Amino acid sequence: MELKSLTIDSARTAVQERQTTALALAEAHYARIQKEDGQIGAFLTLSKERALEQADRIDRMAAEGKTLPPLGGVPIGIKDVMSTRGLRTTAGSKILENYIPAYDCTAVARMEAAGAVVLGKMNCDEFAMGSSNENSAYHPVRNPRDLNRVPGGSSGGSAALVAADMAVVALGSDTGGSIRQPAAFCGVVGLMPTYGRVSRYGLIAFASSLDHIGPLAKTVKDAAIVLRTIAGRDPMDSTSADLPVPDYVAELDKPVRGMKLGVAKEYFGEGLDDEVRQAVEAAIDKLKGLGCEIVPISLPHTPYAIPTYYLIATAEASANLARFDGVRYGHRARGVKTLAEMYRRSRDEGFGAEVKRRIMLGTYALSAGYYDAYYLKAQKVRTLLTRDFDEAFRKVDAIVTPTSPTAAFRLGEKSNDPLAMYLADIYTVTADLAGIPGISVPCGETREKLPIGLQILGKHFDEATILRVAQAYEQAA
Amino acid sequence: MKVTDKDVAYVAELAHLELTEEERAGMLRDLNSILDYVDRLSELDTSNVPPMEQVSDRYGVDEAKQGSERFAYAVREDVPEGLRKSLPHAEALENAPDADEDFFRVPKVIER
Repeated sequence: MELKSLTIDSARTAVQERQTTALALAEAHYARIQKEDGQIGAFLTLSKERALEQADRIDRMAAEGKTLPPLGGVPIGIKDVMSTRGLRTTAGSKILENYIPAYDCTAVARMEAAGAVVLGKMNCDEFAMGSSNENSAYHPVRNPRDLNRVPGGSSGGSAALVAADMAVVALGSDTGGSIRQPAAFCGVVGLMPTYGRVSRYGLIAFASSLDHIGPLAKTVKDAAIVLRTIAGRDPMDSTSADLPVPDYVAELDKPVRGMKLGVAKEYFGEGLDDEVRQAVEAAIDKLKGLGCEIVPISLPHTPYAIPTYYLIATAEASANLARFDGVRYGHRARGVKTLAEMYRRSRDEGFGAEVKRRIMLGTYALSAGYYDAYYLKAQKVRTLLTRDFDEAFRKVDAIVTPTSPTAAFRLGEKSNDPLAMYLADIYTVTADLAGIPGISVPCGETREKLPIGLQILGKHFDEATILRVAQAYEQAA
Repeated sequence: MKVTDKDVAYVAELAHLELTEEERAGMLRDLNSILDYVDRLSELDTSNVPPMEQVSDRYGVDEAKQGSERFAYAVREDVPEGLRKSLPHAEALENAPDADEDFFRVPKVIER
């Protein structure tokens, strides 16, 4: 079976029309995983039993001539920060090495209700904290395009999975760029929806005001199908928006002619690799050729996005990760005498270096005497960054930028310099802070054949527009 | 240097971390380098800028209303049983490192 060209629609149709079965599709992907994943490392846990049970259910539907749901029989991967009932969920951390959730994340439940077959749980940076997947407590993920390079992070396993054709689509999460940046590094499509568009229920929290769930896919259309499946109000997440979910797929083919696309000079400054610049500029020219009007804009507070992000994200993380205390679940240190010692030693043993660093930074930023100078200040600058977008979106329908300043870097290249690693997110964090949606779509390669990503940012709850622009580019490229 | 050894020890205590000698030295270096970078925020005058705590303020809150009415978007029916049934006792205790049939078990809290 040729897996590379499989999309959601082609896989579902093949199962529906009995050219193949969901079982055979799952088995073919597992065979490829068996062959490829030893060197890539995208999986943390396989869920064969669950997958085959679901595949059987779908095959019985097809055999009975029933119409399959939109993802009927489609093999997918789930980033291991999303809870799966009865299936080990580690968040890439040793502290949750043996954690078996008692319930399903809403997004996962909606994918399975739509017929998707979950092959397993995808490797990621510990608690989604990282930009290279080297912070996984288990093993790094390698970029399928070049095994000496990182796949990006934190949804590195999800991106590598799709890039290596070990599944058709994957769910990832994005707090500072963790869907879009690995999508760019691995040459796939990655969509971060608007904050509140997709329920966060069952997502192991990193930074609650910044966490988003979204798809990584081979095509823009597949990303649209997944978004349509997982979006919408969920009473279990009070920040999920009670707004109607448009048919993103039906909107895809509307023309882009006459659309106004903003290009912000702040996203093309110092630090941007020349080859990435050229590829993104060529992509912008292509969009212009499709009849889009290119409008120069300014997002003046952009240089303040990374410091703002690293204060807010770490402050929220320090509060969220306080729950890991060795009492109700997770690792507990042995041979401890007091409760306080148990907390400290369990956390010391269970958390990795980057997680500890962020807990420390966040705790510091929230501590008495520093709250106003750091945390509150960052929240105010977050307002300014959001206003930049409000201002820009009065003039344009979407904004086009590079997804990342460079293509995939080498393993070990930045792992000893936290600040250098943080700067890999320089073009992605601002959208998380403002809560606007963004998509990364492949736009060519470097001379070394490394993928480059074009990022398209949109207005709050206007995923339809960025998907449409992304697909127009994808089809023209 | 903004952060001192003493600060690292104090913050580690707040965060319920112990950290080895080596980890503390690394933390001192990294926190200072990150905070130096973060300091560029002080270039901005934010005296009249309100803090943004939540994105949902942007799509849910009705600014025209007062009190909890403003957050009506997040209100739901009160379901006595909860939106999702509580987990059965045994299931809730399944992931606990130490428990009896009713409770999580932890080291002694009160010294005497």
